[in-house]
Amino acid sequence: MRKFIALFNARTMEFLRDRGALFWNILFPVVLVVGFAFVFSNGDDSLFTVGLLGDGDAPESLRELAGIEFVRYSNSDDAQLEAVTTRLRQHQLDMVIDLDRAEYYLNSEAPGAEMLRRLLHTAHDPSLSEAGAVGVAGAPGAAGFQERRITGAAIRYVDWVVPGVIGMNMMFSCLFGVGYVIVRYRKNGVLKRLKATPVSAFVFVSAQGASRLVIVLVTSVFVFAGTNAVFRFTMNGSYGTLLLLTVVAIICMIGIGLLLAGRLKNEELADGLINLVTFPMIILSGVFFSLEGSPEVLQRASLALPLTHYVSGARAVMLEGAGLGEVLPHTLALAVMAVVFWLCAAAIFRWE
Amino acid sequence: MSAIIEVRELRKRYKDVSAVDGVSFGVPEGVCFGLLGPNGAGKTTTIEIMEGLLDPTAGEVLFRGRPIDRRFKEKVGIQFQHTALPEFITVNETLKLFSAFYPHPRPLNDVVDICALEEIIDRDNRKLSGGQRQRLLLALAIIPQPQLVFLDEPTTGLDPQARRNFWSLIERVRSEGTTVMLTTHYMDEAQLLCDQVAIMDHGRILEIDSPQTLLERHFEGVVVRLPNADAGVLHNGARLPAATKRNNGALELTTTQLDDTFRSLLDLGVNLDGFSIHKPNLEDLFIKLTGSTLRV
Repeated sequence: MRKFIALFNARTMEFLRDRGALFWNILFPVVLVVGFAFVFSNGDDSLFTVGLLGDGDAPESLRELAGIEFVRYSNSDDAQLEAVTTRLRQHQLDMVIDLDRAEYYLNSEAPGAEMLRRLLHTAHDPSLSEAGAVGVAGAPGAAGFQERRITGAAIRYVDWVVPGVIGMNMMFSCLFGVGYVIVRYRKNGVLKRLKATPVSAFVFVSAQGASRLVIVLVTSVFVFAGTNAVFRFTMNGSYGTLLLLTVVAIICMIGIGLLLAGRLKNEELADGLINLVTFPMIILSGVFFSLEGSPEVLQRASLALPLTHYVSGARAVMLEGAGLGEVLPHTLALAVMAVVFWLCAAAIFRWE
Repeated sequence: MSAIIEVRELRKRYKDVSAVDGVSFGVPEGVCFGLLGPNGAGKTTTIEIMEGLLDPTAGEVLFRGRPIDRRFKEKVGIQFQHTALPEFITVNETLKLFSAFYPHPRPLNDVVDICALEEIIDRDNRKLSGGQRQRLLLALAIIPQPQLVFLDEPTTGLDPQARRNFWSLIERVRSEGTTVMLTTHYMDEAQLLCDQVAIMDHGRILEIDSPQTLLERHFEGVVVRLPNADAGVLHNGARLPAATKRNNGALELTTTQLDDTFRSLLDLGVNLDGFSIHKPNLEDLFIKLTGSTLRV
C-alpha cells in the first residue's frame, strides 16, 4: 500500500506540474463548450425552429419549451407546404407541423430530429409511429400531456453537446495520460528502473490508473461546473447517476490506455494508435452530431465504442432525466468493456 | 572469502548473436569488483542478468549460494547506465518515492549526506547536471540499505571533477561494507577502485584477478622511452639488461633492472634527452588482451 500511495502521489504531482497537460485538459473542453454555445446560439436561446402550417395552436408540450421558436405560415396549400418543407430540408427549420392535415415533418439528417420527435412523443399519444412523417393522432395538443417529462428549460445545442465534449476530453486524457505516458516511461527507462525495485507491475499499473481516474474525474467535474455556472445546462436527471456513469466510463477508457501501453516502446507508434482509436469514437459516438439517420450498420457499430455509451447515457440523464435503471444498459456495457480491457492489459503488460 | 553473488556458465543469445558466452565468476563479499571490457563486450548483459532483470539463455546466478528469489530486489541497489528519472518531481520527492518501495529504507538524511544532495534537494530532476544526476541515481541505489550495489558505467559522460567526486562516493559506500560490482571502460577508474577485475570481451571472461596480480602476470618491469636515442644502440642491445624495440621513432626498453639499464645507457653515451618511464597499467593490459584495432 505504501508503494501504491507513493506512486499515486508521484504521478498526480507530475500531472499537476506539467502545465501543458493541465492547461490542455481544462482549457480545451472549456473552449469547445464556449465556442459551441456562441456559434450555435443565433443570438437567442432557441435550439429548434418549428414551422406551423394552418390554423390552430402549436402542440401544448412544445409550446412550453423555451428553446423552441415557432414560425407561423397561415396558408397551408401544396405550394406553401412545398416551400416550407424545402426550408426543413435545408435545415433552416427543424420541424414542420401541418395542423390542417394533422402531420408533422422532420429532417432525419438534422441533429435535432431525434430530440424533437422525442419531445413530441413524451407529451403525445404513444400511438405516434417511428417513421419520418406521420399522422398526428387527433388534434395536436389533445392527448397525453400529463406524461410530460421535459420541463420548460431551453434545450440548446450546448446542452446537447456538453456530455460529448466532456466525454471526448475524458477519452483523450485517459488514453494519453495513461497509454502514452507509460510508453514514454518504457522508452526512457523509468519502467526499467522501477522493475529493478520490489514494486510489482500490478501495483505500478493500478497506481497509474487510480491517479488518472482522480485527475480525469476532478477535471471533468471542474470543467462541467465551470461552464455550467455560465450556461446553466439542462439537467433533468440526478447528478449521482451522472457521476456513476462517468466513473465507470473513465475506468473503461483507462483500460484502453493500459491495453495500448502494454508493450509498445515507441512513442510515435503509441501516438498513432491512440489517434486511430480516438478518431472513430469522435465521429461515431455522436460527440458533435447525432448519428440519427446514418446507416443502421454504422449505428450498430457505434455501440461497440465506449464513448457512445457514455455520451448517450449522459445525454439521457441530463436531457431526458433518465434514472439509474434507464441508463443501466449503458453503464453495464461500459463496465463489461472495462473488465475486458483491464484483463487484457494485465495479460500483455511488460515492463520492457 | 565467500562469494556474495556468483554466476555459473552464464549464456545469453539474441537471435544469432551470443552476447554472453559461458561466463563464470564469483564476487567476494565486501570487495569492489570491476567488470571491464570494450563496448559490446557483454558487460551490461551480464550485469543485468545478475540484477535479475534479464533471463539468461543458460546458466545460473546464485545470491549467497541460492538462486535469486522475489526478495532479492529488496537487498540490492542498482544504478543503470541510462535511466530517466520521473519528470516534474524534485530530488527530495524522488528519494521519498523510492524509499516507499523498500521495507527498511536508509534514513533519507543519511542518503542526502553521503551523496551530497543537500544543495539540489528541491531541484526538479530535469534540471540536474550530469554529475548531480549520477549522485541522485547512486542515492537511489543505496536507499534499500543494500548488501550489494550494481553500478553500470556510473561515470560515463562525467567531467573529471565529477568523476573523482563520484569515486569518493563509491569508496565511501564500500567502506561501509557494501559489496560493489561495477562495469566500466575507464581503466584508471578500475585500477583505483577495484579490488578485483574481470576483463571481458566477445561475451567471455579473458582474465580475472586483482589489478596488481594481473599486471604482474602480464608485464614485467617498466618501459623506458628514449625519443632521441641513436638507432645504433640497438646493435649493442645484447649488452643492455633490457628488451628493446622501436616504436613511433623512439627507442623503448622494457626492463626490470632500471638502475643497470641507465648505467649501461650512460656508458654507451646514448642521448637521454626527453626520456620517460612508463609503468604498464590496466589500460595497457586491456589493450593487450582486447586488441588495439578499432571495433566496427
